[in-house]
Amino acid sequence: MSGPIQSIERAAAILRLLSGRNRRLGVAQLAGELGLPKGTVHGILRTLAMVGFVEQDEETGKYQLGAALLHMGSSYLDGNELRTRALNWSDSLAARSGESVRIGTLHDGKVLVVHHVFRPDDSRQALEVGALVPAHATAMGKVLLAANRYAAAELTAAGLPRFTPGTITAPGELAAELDGVLARGWAADAEELVVGEVSVAAPIDDRRGITVGAIAISGPVERLMANGSARSDLVSFVREAARAVSRDLGAIPW
Amino acid sequence: MSERFIASVDQGTASSRCLIFDQRARVVSVSQVEHQHIFPRPGWVEHDPEEIWRNVQHVVADALATAQLTVADVVALGITNQRETTVVWDRTTGEPVQNAINWQDMRTDHLVRELGGEHGGDRFRERCGLPLATYFSGPKIRWLLDHVGGLRPRAEVGEVLFGTMDSWLIWKLCGRHVTDVTNAGRTMLMNLETLDWDDELLDGMGVPRAMLPEIRPSMEVYGEAGGALAGLPVAAALGDQHAALFGQTCFAPGDAKCTYGTGSFLLMNTGQQPVRSANGLLTTVGYKIGDEPATYALEGSIAVTGALVQWFRDKIGLIGSASEIETLARSVDNNGGCYFVPAFSGLFAPHWRSDARGVIAGLTGYIDKGHLARAVLEATAWQTREVVEAMNSDAGVELTSLKVDGGMTANHLLMQSLADVLDVPVVRPIVAETPSLGAAYAAGLAVGFWHDVEELRAQWHKAAEWLPAMEPVVREKGYRKWRKAVARTVDWVDDDDE
Repeated sequence: MSGPIQSIERAAAILRLLSGRNRRLGVAQLAGELGLPKGTVHGILRTLAMVGFVEQDEETGKYQLGAALLHMGSSYLDGNELRTRALNWSDSLAARSGESVRIGTLHDGKVLVVHHVFRPDDSRQALEVGALVPAHATAMGKVLLAANRYAAAELTAAGLPRFTPGTITAPGELAAELDGVLARGWAADAEELVVGEVSVAAPIDDRRGITVGAIAISGPVERLMANGSARSDLVSFVREAARAVSRDLGAIPW
Repeated sequence: MSERFIASVDQGTASSRCLIFDQRARVVSVSQVEHQHIFPRPGWVEHDPEEIWRNVQHVVADALATAQLTVADVVALGITNQRETTVVWDRTTGEPVQNAINWQDMRTDHLVRELGGEHGGDRFRERCGLPLATYFSGPKIRWLLDHVGGLRPRAEVGEVLFGTMDSWLIWKLCGRHVTDVTNAGRTMLMNLETLDWDDELLDGMGVPRAMLPEIRPSMEVYGEAGGALAGLPVAAALGDQHAALFGQTCFAPGDAKCTYGTGSFLLMNTGQQPVRSANGLLTTVGYKIGDEPATYALEGSIAVTGALVQWFRDKIGLIGSASEIETLARSVDNNGGCYFVPAFSGLFAPHWRSDARGVIAGLTGYIDKGHLARAVLEATAWQTREVVEAMNSDAGVELTSLKVDGGMTANHLLMQSLADVLDVPVVRPIVAETPSLGAAYAAGLAVGFWHDVEELRAQWHKAAEWLPAMEPVVREKGYRKWRKAVARTVDWVDDDDE
């Protein structure tokens, strides 16, 4: 047999780039990312559009994943599905950490809370499922943005509002922070959205290794931080829960 | 002293599981193995009891290994089990005389009608709290005695023994032939007042006493396990729904839980007297702690809840997975006036109309798939309301909140609908595996690992709560429409159908 077919490899690379939920890319951007001539990329996109794997937005001319592909593999996980699959692990994270748990997905540059488990102390708490929270000022958002740099770039271009003295508002600083998050596999928000409140999050990956959500605990700074950084025992609880959900989604083959 | 743990075995319809809990009742490890369903004929469902016993041994060993524990770290084992599934085995060899007959098995359909005779289905209800139905163990034992050659004479001298899955496992673990009150209460052979086998029921069913286990409380040390688990006290047994009631800490009269799965089971604690239902609900023993008086419960089951979502997925194909129904239902703001009564095999509690069949009522050209998805979810909520109303009226206490568990609690739209139509808070606990938790609680109480039910109540935590947010006038109009839809299901089946 001959080696890999180059045009299929290139088509796959294009689909991979388009597979973040908010990703709409133009020919030039795709060509730039892949280091290919625009003409080559355009040809592949035309074929992909013919089979329904990509669609072109009439107004902006940008490309996104097509309905046919969504039906085949569902490029992002339905939030209700994610909650169902994560139910037991998020309960156990709340029980182990003693803090409230949230699961979020990226939605139009914000984090959509798709699941919420109360802090297990029977204090009065209200469900926050359906709430949208800022991405750059939360641990969940940082995890999701780190995995989707295009969304991060869009968000940065629109401006990063300040909520507390700790909020990251400089584009360069956010980019560096996201590099760090990607490298260590978890994120923290140290009083960046609400003074006194801290959250720690880790990515939930699906079977293709794509980050489809983030799971986080949040609580007061006194309980979640020690010596200026997130408590390492809590970080490992969060990462273990994220890995367990990812494993159930087929991300880790063991 | 090093940390100690409780092991809990849930011998369920589809699988056997072992969960290990720490002193704060948090899950430390889980192991699960599915077993075979054997279908010898249409309507017949069996399990291999030897396979189940092997699986139970495996999951206990595996759960311990996962948590890096040994038997010495565990203070007691509790058992919860699928109810009514019937095994008969040889006292000497320990070998089952044939496969276990599963609770869903319909082979006693003809027999239960025959047993009712001129008295009808409620012939034994006063004594045992149950109507004649194929689920319960008594008719299954009778069927075996009638159909397995030479079995009856051996049963009469106690050469063969009957047990539900709790008895079978305790026999295998400790070599003792016992059952607990909650499991015994599902045979139709136990008197609800005396909590002992009842001669009139045994006579009526044609089952000899010599083959029956001794009825014990739900929590006490039945014995110590041998083999690989040598020395481990087996300290609790409860039917799965009863264990869930206990795990949800429904310790006071009026406390109720509902487990939402394919079908759903609502149990309400009614205190220390059995309550006879005027609405066709089942009277059952909730649990019995050692020498304390038994706590009774009313049980209402809803045949089609999650099954309707599965039907919508598999037969109608508008959704690809059960979770997607919430996404589809949220594409609209309300049901558009559409109601779905899933009386697929008739109406059960509190209507009991076998001549009913399902309807979708209120269809107009405006209705789209989102409205249908809403109607599918609301069907579970309205059916729950019917059972709750029947319970309130039978028990004379009003439900003040509903504790929920089971897979469908992941559906937030359904949970909100429940709170809205019941007009009470709906609460999900942090440990979703309430039957396992209940069996662990029970075993822990029996050996003094936990001291009293108050300590357990303090450990129970909310994971989520949904509060009623529906205008009373909207709620009452919705319920009126639901009842009109229900009225349209009856008198559908004719004599010449089937």
